[in-house]
Amino acid sequence: MKRGLKFLAAAAGLLVVGALAWAALAPIEASSRDELFEIPAGTYARRMAGDKIEILPDTIRLTLGLKDTLLLKNLDAVPQVFGPVLIMPGQSFRLPFEVASTYSFACTAHASGQMSVIVAPRPAPGWTTLSWRLQHLRKSVQ
Amino acid sequence: MLSLCLATAAAAAPKLKAGVFEPPYPAPEFALQGSDGAELKLARYRGKLVLLVFGFTNCPEVCPTTLATLAQARKGLGPESAAVQVVYVTVDPERDNAARIKSYLAAFDASFIGGTAKPDTLAGVRKHYGVVATKLAHPAGDPSGYGMNHSTSVYLIDREGRLRAMMPYGREAKDFVHDLKLLLAAK
Repeated sequence: MKRGLKFLAAAAGLLVVGALAWAALAPIEASSRDELFEIPAGTYARRMAGDKIEILPDTIRLTLGLKDTLLLKNLDAVPQVFGPVLIMPGQSFRLPFEVASTYSFACTAHASGQMSVIVAPRPAPGWTTLSWRLQHLRKSVQ
Repeated sequence: MLSLCLATAAAAAPKLKAGVFEPPYPAPEFALQGSDGAELKLARYRGKLVLLVFGFTNCPEVCPTTLATLAQARKGLGPESAAVQVVYVTVDPERDNAARIKSYLAAFDASFIGGTAKPDTLAGVRKHYGVVATKLAHPAGDPSGYGMNHSTSVYLIDREGRLRAMMPYGREAKDFVHDLKLLLAAK
């Protein structure tokens, strides 16, 4: 009985170590590299009615090779200033990033008048990849 | 089958490095006083690619960097540069008259054209492009008087006058060359 428990504990430990090793070393693959933000239909009418609607955060974080394209869509019936651009109804704006850096844009949609896009390098195998996976696991659980 | 072919073709097509508007709409037209003495309208350049920039000649950093990058990109295009027109619209009509803009732009590339107008007219143009420009007071005693905080991106307008893309500030000349070549090759 005691021997069986020891074996089970050892197997569970091995499993955890194996999972961590996989999470740290296996290449990360993203189904889409687009970080999508949409202005829903009716946003202008709701704003005119006094609703405070925040769609774009003033800081957007992207990761090269994984989520490195900002995709903005205007599903409303009127043109909208969305981040750094004016987007027509039904139009989209797709902005790819190829260099890790912090990009600042003048933006009237934010109280600060600025929007930042922070593009991080692709996580290297090891602790960075493990940390990235854990952060995304936490995000998806929340 | 057709949609599959179109999707495959779209996936295989080289992508612009600039941010792309989809679908593209006609670039908002304007009528300004051109730095060459003639009326400055986008329609003048139908058949050419237009790189549209908003700025001011007293700009300490962003405008010189952007204009130098665009001049370098035009050089990088070689003979194809004849099909590319840089248009610089001032956000500071108080100080930027046509003559001042002309001499300022000539320091980068003699082919660049600038435009100015009454403040209300320029504000209307900026609104149609979603461009921001606000006056910044400098400390008392500063001889430059005031500065301008303004949008820093470059708008790419195709040969048919459609607003196709927007290149954020800080991209290199080779990125412009890449995109201009793609847009010039497009039917």
